[in-house]
Formats: sequence, structure tokens, C-alpha cells
Amino acid sequence: MNLLLALFDLLLTLTLVGLAVVTLTSREPRRAVILFIAFGLLLALVWARLRAPDLALAEAAIGAGLSGALMLAAARRASDRNSVSTEGSNREDAP
Amino acid sequence: MIRPLEHIVIPSGLIALGGLLGWSLFLAITGETGDRLAEIALARVPDSGVSNPVTSVLLNFRAYDTLLELAVLLTALLGIWSLGAAGPGFQKAASVLEGMVAGFVPLLILSAGYMLWVGAYAPGGAFQAGALLGAAGVMLALAGHRNAGLPSEDRLRPLVALGVFVFAITGVLLAVVGGGFLTYPAGLAKWLILIIETAATLSIGATLAAAYLGGRPAPEHATRESA
Repeated sequence: MNLLLALFDLLLTLTLVGLAVVTLTSREPRRAVILFIAFGLLLALVWARLRAPDLALAEAAIGAGLSGALMLAAARRASDRNSVSTEGSNREDAP
Repeated sequence: MIRPLEHIVIPSGLIALGGLLGWSLFLAITGETGDRLAEIALARVPDSGVSNPVTSVLLNFRAYDTLLELAVLLTALLGIWSLGAAGPGFQKAASVLEGMVAGFVPLLILSAGYMLWVGAYAPGGAFQAGALLGAAGVMLALAGHRNAGLPSEDRLRPLVALGVFVFAITGVLLAVVGGGFLTYPAGLAKWLILIIETAATLSIGATLAAAYLGGRPAPEHATRESA
């Protein structure tokens, strides 16, 4: 049982570091944000494994959920603005 | 050719930062082995009015920090509002999404209330409850509700400032009565914490939902024309 948990922790840590690297190096903002949300959810699991359920709740709700939603909206706006400046008056309002 | 910013200033700044971090880690591990703060705080949890150690630190022992966190959220929203009016928003949801939202939003509000109450003795509290309220707002915004279910701006402003206001007024009143800023009297601690957390939850929820709109909410009467 203990070995299984240690294996799980190791897998979790490695995935977390891998996700962090992929998030930081991805070129497209939208992709980076989605990876960041996945990173936040895994980080919530890590907090839960460290027996800090308060932090796990806050991380899942605020870190992954709401920050993710905010950053997705920001990425959408940024790409809207880019396409506006490159294509003139061709404006996209609805997602 | 040496560019001073890229070749000298930034690397030496990074090295200094790394040195500082390493030094503080070293001190944290090898520092004096006297009473750690955690043990002192844990011993005093029964006096704090709540039995959850995390809430007792956040709302009693270090209430000052939490007050400043609420102020940070409020300042962030002011920054977002200074960017201009909110975007045109999402198109009206189809019936399936609309039905799901109609079911989920009351559930989210209910679980926010639960999270707020349960924070006194188990994991939970104002920030988690506020995040759930904010999530309800984000859901409404995604389903095409204008202003994410928030009231018009003249009623939204007091709501957003409510948390900081109640927190600061409680602290100042306590200081005037004699205990010191945010030093709760023994019997009242539980109720004062509950009042502050309720106000904070409402403010955090409204602030997060308003932040998702990405600008000042449109006035009520302009609902149709700018769509």
C-alpha cells in the first residue's frame, strides 16, 4: 500500500514538472492556458496528498477554475485584437 | 558588444534573487530550534472561536493578512474596470446549456453557503465559498446572461466593497472599544468571524464574476442596443 502511494506521488510529481515545462514552452496562448488548468488540477491533488485540504479546495476552485476562465477570456481577447490589427475591420465578437 | 541591461543587470539580479532564496531556505532549515509559530498557534486554536486551525489563523491570528488580501482583490477589480466597458458578451445559450445552467447555479450558491458555514470546523471558508459564487457568475456569463447575473453598477459597487468595509469597520470598532485592531473579545469571536466571512464571501463572489466580464458592466438600459 505504502509503495503504491509512493509510486503515485512520484508519478504525480513527474507529471506536474512535465506539465509546467510544457505550459511554459508552448507558443500558443490558448494551449498554454489549457495546460495551466490541467497543471492547477494536478497541483490540487498534490495539496490533498500533503494533507492540506483547504489549499486543495482553493487551488482547484481559484487556481485552476477561475484563473483558468479569466486567462482563457484574456487569450481570446488578445487573439481577437491581433486579428483585428492584422485584418483591418474584420471583427469577431462571438466566440 | 555588451548591452548593460541584458548582460549585467538582469543576470546579477537573478543571481541575487537565487542567493536570497537559498539563504532563506538555509535559515528555515537550520534556524533556531525554539518554539515554532505553528505550535504556538495550534495550542491557541480553542481560544480563536473556530475549531478549524486554518480558519483560526486566517480570520483571527493573522486577520490582518486576510483583510489585505480582500483589498488586493478589490484593487484588481478597479484595475479591470479602468480598462473600459465590458465586451459584448457571449451569445444566448441553447436550451440544453440553459437548462444545465438553471440547475447548476442554485446548486453552486447552496454549496457556497455550505462551504462558508463548514469553514468553522472543517476545510472551507470565505475564499472557497466566494470562488463557488464567482463560478456561478462565470457560468451565467458563458450562457449569455448579460452582466453574469450581477446587479447594475451602482448596486454592484457597495457589494464589491462590502468585504473590506465590514472587515475594516469591525477592526476599527474593536480598536475603539479597547482590544486593539482586529483583536476579538473572547465570547464574540465566533460571531464576528462569521459576519466578516459572510461579507467577504459575497464580495469575493461578486468581484470574481465581475472580473470575468473584463470591464465595467454595461448599464441596464443599454442591454439591447449594443449586442
